[in-house]
Amino acid sequence: MPPSLAHAGPAPAPEASVTPALSLKGITCTFVSRDDRSQRYTAVRDVTLDIAPGEFVSVVGPTGCGKSTLLNVAAGLLEPSAGSVTVFGAPLAGINRRAGYMFQTEALMPWRTARDNVLAGLQFRGVAEAEASRQVDDWLQRVGLVGFGDRYPHQLSGGMRKRTALAQTLVLDPDIILMDEPFSALDIQTRQLMENEVLELWAAKKKAVLFITHDLDEAIAMSDRVVVLSAGPASHPIGEFAIDLARPRDVAEVRVTPRFIDLHKAIWDVLREEVLKGYAQQKRAA
Amino acid sequence: MWKAIRPNSRNLRIWQVGVLVALFAFWHVATAPGLIPPIFFDSENDAKFFFGEPLKILARVWTWFVVDRDIYQHLWVTLLETVLAFLIGTVSGLVIGMWLALSPVAAAILDPYIKALNSMPRVILAPIFAVWFGLGIASKVALGFTLVFFIVFFNVYQGVKEVSPTVLANARMLGASQRQLLRHVYLPSAMSWVFSSLHTSVGLAFVGAVVGEYLGSSRGVGYLILQAEGTFDINTVMAGILVLTAFALVLDWAVGRVEKRLMKWQPRAGETEKL
Repeated sequence: MPPSLAHAGPAPAPEASVTPALSLKGITCTFVSRDDRSQRYTAVRDVTLDIAPGEFVSVVGPTGCGKSTLLNVAAGLLEPSAGSVTVFGAPLAGINRRAGYMFQTEALMPWRTARDNVLAGLQFRGVAEAEASRQVDDWLQRVGLVGFGDRYPHQLSGGMRKRTALAQTLVLDPDIILMDEPFSALDIQTRQLMENEVLELWAAKKKAVLFITHDLDEAIAMSDRVVVLSAGPASHPIGEFAIDLARPRDVAEVRVTPRFIDLHKAIWDVLREEVLKGYAQQKRAA
Repeated sequence: MWKAIRPNSRNLRIWQVGVLVALFAFWHVATAPGLIPPIFFDSENDAKFFFGEPLKILARVWTWFVVDRDIYQHLWVTLLETVLAFLIGTVSGLVIGMWLALSPVAAAILDPYIKALNSMPRVILAPIFAVWFGLGIASKVALGFTLVFFIVFFNVYQGVKEVSPTVLANARMLGASQRQLLRHVYLPSAMSWVFSSLHTSVGLAFVGAVVGEYLGSSRGVGYLILQAEGTFDINTVMAGILVLTAFALVLDWAVGRVEKRLMKWQPRAGETEKL
């Protein structure tokens, strides 16, 4: 900042001066049934959420509360019915080019080997072959898949497929990482290993992360901030908690610290009612 | 005794050949004049007239392949017709299937016509093709094409429609353009469906070729059968059928090989290669 401006009026709060990496403003998503136009479902209503560069934010909420909808909006895969998305200050149109997305379900191309899957994004972007090859090798090593590059997804275990997906997303060096319950299909041990790996990679690169999960433990262990979403329909944030646990963290060890337990209790108090509400709604619908 | 020859995975081939030998032996005993008294027919020569004699049939095949060596040109023509019908049918099925699957408006307009063309008994087109394209290979290729095209078309259409939305969204997030999506997501997905229908479509290309020849031609195995039928030469007809069957088996085997090579990314039942 030029010195002359330093005296012009009161300095803004340091947080407000940083342009958020990702900013959702008043996002509402209403789905209309294709067969019957009068059948509508509002998944999320009036959601506003800012994520600073390098910040790790988790969104938790009961099942079916529109968490994935929110992520698809941030990715540019879904256009919101109302509201706006800005990425580093620029309004988002079409696919969010600065974001990488890790999906909940299998997203690898089954007809490509692990290596070719990691290569895909670089290939689509027209990166020179030698350079792309070097980066892919580097990432296969980082996620511990050296020697498995020539395997097809069906020949890999669930954990290896997730690691391939992680490398596939991160090799493009996105400024924003969107994750949709990426480890929910993994067993608890593999899951904690993956969570630690993600935290390590994140700590090294300090990307903005929007992490969606229904697992409160996971959310607290990994994030800087946890946002609680209400039960659907028309979900909206009902609570926001800063997680002041020291980093670096080990997701397994941090769970037994007193501070973790306090935070867990505080957030769970807000979340519990919503979970029960969501459960009751699903039972009624069934 | 039974324990030693009981069917198992090792002597499977021997049993398969055994069944074939037994069939031919039964055929021989039932048709050779004078070997057993006629049960069903009035005269002992009737069975041979209707069903042929396996020894003479095999002799006929031997003459074709080894003595006169005159079957190769016919087999070649039939093979050429089959392969051409298969290739042209597959490529056009692939292109049009992708096009219609990706442009819903065109698909909606053409839907009734596709259905009508598909449900039409297409063998009936053979005489028309003979008029249009003459009695050479073109009319047979055209008939085979009409059979292959729809198989491939419907499979490609389905394949493109059933691309996993997550894989598609992932490719888009990785920065794929429309063209790249077509090349790297839709095409491989559609190809897997094409390959799963490969055995059917090669079989139908073959049917198209032989039926076309049978209905009017001057060369090909179907033509040989037609000629023999004209002189009530049942042995030659049967020999032609045997050759066609063996030929179809070879084609099917070749397709299996190609499929295995190109589809190695697909999980197979019984495969336990996990880590």
